Amino acid sequence: MSFELLEKFRDPDLCRKILDKMESELDRELRFMEVCGTHTVAIFQSGLRSLLPEKVVHLSGPGCPVCVTHESEVNAFLDLAGRDKVIMATFGDLMRVPGDKGRNLKKAMADGARVKVVYSPFDTLKLAKENPDDLVVFIGVGFETTAPTIAGTMKMARQQGIENLRILCFHKTVPTALDALLSDEAINIDGFILPGHVSAIIGVEPYRFIARDYAKSAVVTGFEPLDILQSLNQMIEWRNKGEAHVSNNYTRIVGENGNPKALEIMYEVFEPCDALWRGLGLIPGSGLEIRPEWEQFDAKKEFGIEIKESPSLPGCKCGDILKGVKQPDQCPLFGKACTPADPVGPCMVSTEGSCAAYYKYKLD
Amino acid sequence: MSDKVLLDYGSGGRASQRLISELFLKHLGNDELDRLNDAAVLSLSGKVAMSTDSFTVDPIFFPGGDIGSLAVHGTVNDVAMMGAIPRYITCGYIIEEGLPMADLEKIVASMGEAARKAGVKVVTGDTKVVPKGACDKIFINTTGIGDVIADPAPSGDAARPGDAVLVSGTIGDHGLTVLGTREGLDFEAKVQSDSAALNHLLVKLVSELPEVHVLRDPTRGGLATTLNEITKSSNVCCELIENDIPVRAEVKGGCSILGLDPLYLANEGKFLCVLPGEYADKALEIMRADPLGQDARRIGTMTDANPGKVVLVTPLGGKRLLGMLEGEQLPRIC
Repeated sequence: MSFELLEKFRDPDLCRKILDKMESELDRELRFMEVCGTHTVAIFQSGLRSLLPEKVVHLSGPGCPVCVTHESEVNAFLDLAGRDKVIMATFGDLMRVPGDKGRNLKKAMADGARVKVVYSPFDTLKLAKENPDDLVVFIGVGFETTAPTIAGTMKMARQQGIENLRILCFHKTVPTALDALLSDEAINIDGFILPGHVSAIIGVEPYRFIARDYAKSAVVTGFEPLDILQSLNQMIEWRNKGEAHVSNNYTRIVGENGNPKALEIMYEVFEPCDALWRGLGLIPGSGLEIRPEWEQFDAKKEFGIEIKESPSLPGCKCGDILKGVKQPDQCPLFGKACTPADPVGPCMVSTEGSCAAYYKYKLD
Repeated sequence: MSDKVLLDYGSGGRASQRLISELFLKHLGNDELDRLNDAAVLSLSGKVAMSTDSFTVDPIFFPGGDIGSLAVHGTVNDVAMMGAIPRYITCGYIIEEGLPMADLEKIVASMGEAARKAGVKVVTGDTKVVPKGACDKIFINTTGIGDVIADPAPSGDAARPGDAVLVSGTIGDHGLTVLGTREGLDFEAKVQSDSAALNHLLVKLVSELPEVHVLRDPTRGGLATTLNEITKSSNVCCELIENDIPVRAEVKGGCSILGLDPLYLANEGKFLCVLPGEYADKALEIMRADPLGQDARRIGTMTDANPGKVVLVTPLGGKRLLGMLEGEQLPRIC
C-alpha cells in the first residue's frame, strides 16, 4: 500500500471529528482492550493516548508475543544458547528477554554463544547451509502471524534436504487466549480492538464467539489512527444501542476467512496443543506444536525440553495487566524495580509490551 | 606488495615500510606526514578542540561511503561541532590479516580524498595487522584537532528555553543504508548514506551568527537520543513537531518494514543546531545555501515545561515522550 494512501488514515481533521463525536456520545466510562502490542505502540506513538476522551479507558491485552512467552520457554532457549555446535536464530525482540539468574541472549553472546538475529525465518535456510556441521535452532515465538512463514520454512528445508535446522516451537493462538480471558469473571472489558496482523491470517470468523457467547463487541483493526478511532467509535455506537457485534474494519488487508493458503500450510505442519502463557498460566488448546510427521525439525524433541509452570514473580502485576484488570502504572514495581533496561515482568520486556510503552511514551 | 594484507605488514620491518610508503603516503601524504617522524609538530593558536573516534562499521563499503571517508567525516564533524576549524587528524589502522590489499587501498584513498575535501591534513598514523579473527576486516581510529573560532564555543549544556531547534537535513539515511547493506535487504527505493564533512558549513554558521548555543551531530542513537542528551545537560524541554522532522519516504518505508524508528537511526552528515529563536531564519538561510544543508528545517523549540525531556507533538496534535534509545534498535517479530 502506498504511503500516500496510508496518509489518509492519519488525517488530523477526520480524527478530530471522530474524537469529538466519541466525546459527545459517551455517557459513562467504557473499557477497551487492544489485544495486539503493535496497537498499543500505535496508540502511544500517534499521540492518540493523550487525545482520547477521559471516559475511554484503553487496556493492553495479551497480544505481544514476546510478553506472553513463558519464563520456562525463555529458560529453554537460553539453555540451548552456548551449547556446542548450536547456532540460535531469532527475531531481534528476544535478544533482551530475561530468563532466570538475569540471563538473556545478549549476555549469552558476550559469553560466546552463537546467536544470529534474522529478519525472516527463511534466512535460517541459508544459515543452515553455510554451517553444515552445526545445528541451527530457530526460536519459533509468535502468533498466527509468524507460524505460517515458519511452517513454510520447514517445508522448504525438507524440499532442499536441509537436515541441520530445528524449530523451538512456542507458538500461541490469539482467539483461544481471548476466550480464556472472557471466561474470567474478574475482567471488565466492553470491547476489543482485534489484531490486524493475526487477523490477516485467520480472518474474522474465529472471533465470532466474542459477541455470540459473551455479548461483547470486537473489531478487527488496522494500525493507523483513523483505523483505531473508527473501531472505538463503532463499539461506542453499538454499546449505546445495547448491541454487541464482531466486525472487520481492516478490510484492505483482512478477508473474512483470512489467508486460507497460510492457514493450510500452518496446520499441515503444526497442530493445537495446551500452552503456558507468561502472566496468564496454562490455556488449553492455545498453542501450536510440530506434528509428528515433521518431528525431524522439532528442537523440543531433539533436546528433550519440557515447559513447566513456575511461581509468578513476587510483586509483579503483569498477569493483571495482561487481563486488563490493572494499568501498568498501578504495579508497585513499575518504573522502579522494573524498567526496560532491567525488566522484571513480561509487559516491560518487549518494546511492544504495555508497561514498556507506558514507560517509553507516557508523558504525565 | 601481496594481494592480501599479511601479518608481515604489521611487523615494523621492510614490509611495513613498503605498506606505508607505497600505500599510505601515496594517498594521505603531505609535508608533515611525509617526514615520518615519531610525532607531528603542529601550529595551533588559542583555544583548541580535540576529539577521537573509532570506526568499526560493518560493512566497510556501503552506498554513499566507506569506512575510510567515514573515519574522516566523523572526527572532522566532532571537532567542528565545537565551533572549531578542524586542522589536523591522526589515523590508527587495525587490519585483519587477509584483507584484500585492493580493499585497503580503496579505503586509504577514500580517506585521503575525504581529508582533502574537508581541508584537514593527516599528520600522523599507525598501522597494526592482527591475526585473522582478532578483528573484523578493518578498524580505524581517528583523532582530530582544530582551532576554536566560536566564542563561547557551542556546548551541549547551553540550550535555553525559547531556543529554536534546527536540523540540517533528512534523518536516518546512514543508519538504514548500513543496516540494509549489512543484512542484504533490498529496499523498494535505494537509500544512501549521508556521510559528509560538515565543517565548511558549520564554520559559516558560527562565523555569521552572533550566537549558537548547541551544535551536535546525531550519530549513534540518532536524533532522539542526541536531543535527550542536550535536554538533560541543559535541563530544558525540547518540544519537537513530528511533521516538521525531515525523513525521506524511502527511509520511512524501510523502517516501517523492519519495525525501526528513523528518529533513532544513525546519521553521519547531519547536525542539530540550537540557537536563540530570533536567529533561526538566518541560520536556515545559511544552511540551505549549502548543498549539505538544503533540506534544513526548524523542528522544534526548547521550553521549560518538562525539564530534561523530549516531547513529540504528533501530526494529530497529541503529545508523547521521545525517550533515549535503550541499547541497539532490533527488528520486531510482527
